[in-house]
Amino acid sequence: MNIVNILDEIEKVDGEIYERLNPRRAAMKDFFNMGKKIAVAALPLAMGSMFQKAYGQTTPAPVVDVLNFALSLEYLEYHFYNHALVATPTLVPAGAANGAITTIRDHENAHVNLLRGALGASARSVLVYDNFDFTAGGAFADVFSNYQTFLKVALAFEDTGVRAYKGQATVLKRNAVLTTALQIHSVEARHAAHLRQMVAANVTGASALKPWIGYAANGNDTGISAVDAVYVREQNTTQATYQITGINGTLVSQNAAAESFDEALTKAEVIAIANQFIKTGFKLS
Amino acid sequence: MENLNDPNQDVLTKESSILESKLQRRSFLQYAGAGAAVVALTAAGCRKDRPSPSFTGVTLDFKDDIGVLNYAYALEQLEAAFYIQVASNPPSGFSSAERNYFTDIQYHEIAHREFFKKALGTSAIGSLTPNFSSINFSDRTSVLAAAKTFEDLGVAAYNGAGVRLTTDAYIVIAGQIVSVEARHAAYIRDIISNGTFANSEVVDASGLDRALTPDKVLAAAGPFIKTQINVINL
Repeated sequence: MNIVNILDEIEKVDGEIYERLNPRRAAMKDFFNMGKKIAVAALPLAMGSMFQKAYGQTTPAPVVDVLNFALSLEYLEYHFYNHALVATPTLVPAGAANGAITTIRDHENAHVNLLRGALGASARSVLVYDNFDFTAGGAFADVFSNYQTFLKVALAFEDTGVRAYKGQATVLKRNAVLTTALQIHSVEARHAAHLRQMVAANVTGASALKPWIGYAANGNDTGISAVDAVYVREQNTTQATYQITGINGTLVSQNAAAESFDEALTKAEVIAIANQFIKTGFKLS
Repeated sequence: MENLNDPNQDVLTKESSILESKLQRRSFLQYAGAGAAVVALTAAGCRKDRPSPSFTGVTLDFKDDIGVLNYAYALEQLEAAFYIQVASNPPSGFSSAERNYFTDIQYHEIAHREFFKKALGTSAIGSLTPNFSSINFSDRTSVLAAAKTFEDLGVAAYNGAGVRLTTDAYIVIAGQIVSVEARHAAYIRDIISNGTFANSEVVDASGLDRALTPDKVLAAAGPFIKTQINVINL
């Protein structure tokens, strides 16, 4: 993460960011120099304290809500992958598959740390593995013993994550936090594309699954009806009132039109999906 | 002047014989374009902020959302032109699955390009002339390397430009497109080397993808674009 770039971006929105951080610009230069030496893992925390210092109590509540919402989803993803890798080490085959799931797990962990650091004292309570039910009340009973089931749930989480960040983007309008959210969002999309390839290679009947979300009449191209809610409206081919199928006389098909734009989920829709995997007492609201 | 946005071009890609003549015409016009660029530079030297009628380059004015959308339109024009050329005449080393997916990507990029053209209406910049002379379109490795460059750059460009947008609907659209570009990037990276879909080249230790400002993106895209691009109010 290039912390100096982030500050530059903030400066475009808030011209007084440097003064807020410290009235003495020279002191900020010291901070940048420190940033070059500071351990990368410690950066999110350093950033969190810095933003708090800058904005104090004025961090807009909607921004805090979005970040905490994102944090909950990152906890969900992290604990899912981490449990699979640590508690059921033979579930994900050694080699490329294990390497990919480890990469994804590590990114989700980094997202948790980044968001917690950015939120500081405003961060939601920590969610641990035991707060989740990854069988979704039995719908995916063999999620940690059947590799196919594990991949199906993983894909649902990643495609949900992509859609969830998209749905909150406008709340972060003209805020540097939007850039960070977009940087997480595209990583989730990369994960989703890779998992789609893993599902295509390993899940019975899914060999035609594409790295992008293909057209299906009900939006769900995975053939896994238990995750229909993850794909609502993905069949949409109209963007900002323009019909994309055949747009401007081109040969863009209905399939291509649906594939070429991912759709957003509302916060309520994401919460309904996530809560299936969260135990009573810890559910999102 | 060749029009990359001519809908007929997409139709023509279905007819290889017509395509060949189209490509010959394209290479002729690329030489013509190089001459025009010199003229454009001269003209730009006279009056920077208001191009004269003979100016053949395009201006991206980042003072408002129109400029940001035109920036996206420019990048989508570049991507679409690249994939049209790949999909119409794929490298012999491509598998049938790769041919199918590159055709998919071609239409995704055409859809993005045409969306911006339509949304911008009369505010749209003109058509850009690409310069793909550094790409060997008959060589799978060369094509994949270029595709990876375009997709990763596209992701970083949208990630960096989102914060500039002031209209909710455009912020949502940008988000809807960038995740598809990220899916393309991951797919292409994986067929180059499986497991590199989100490696440390593009995702840092905080789990963040790249976000680049327009000046950096345009500097990286510059070698692939023949048309002069002026940037103001960045």
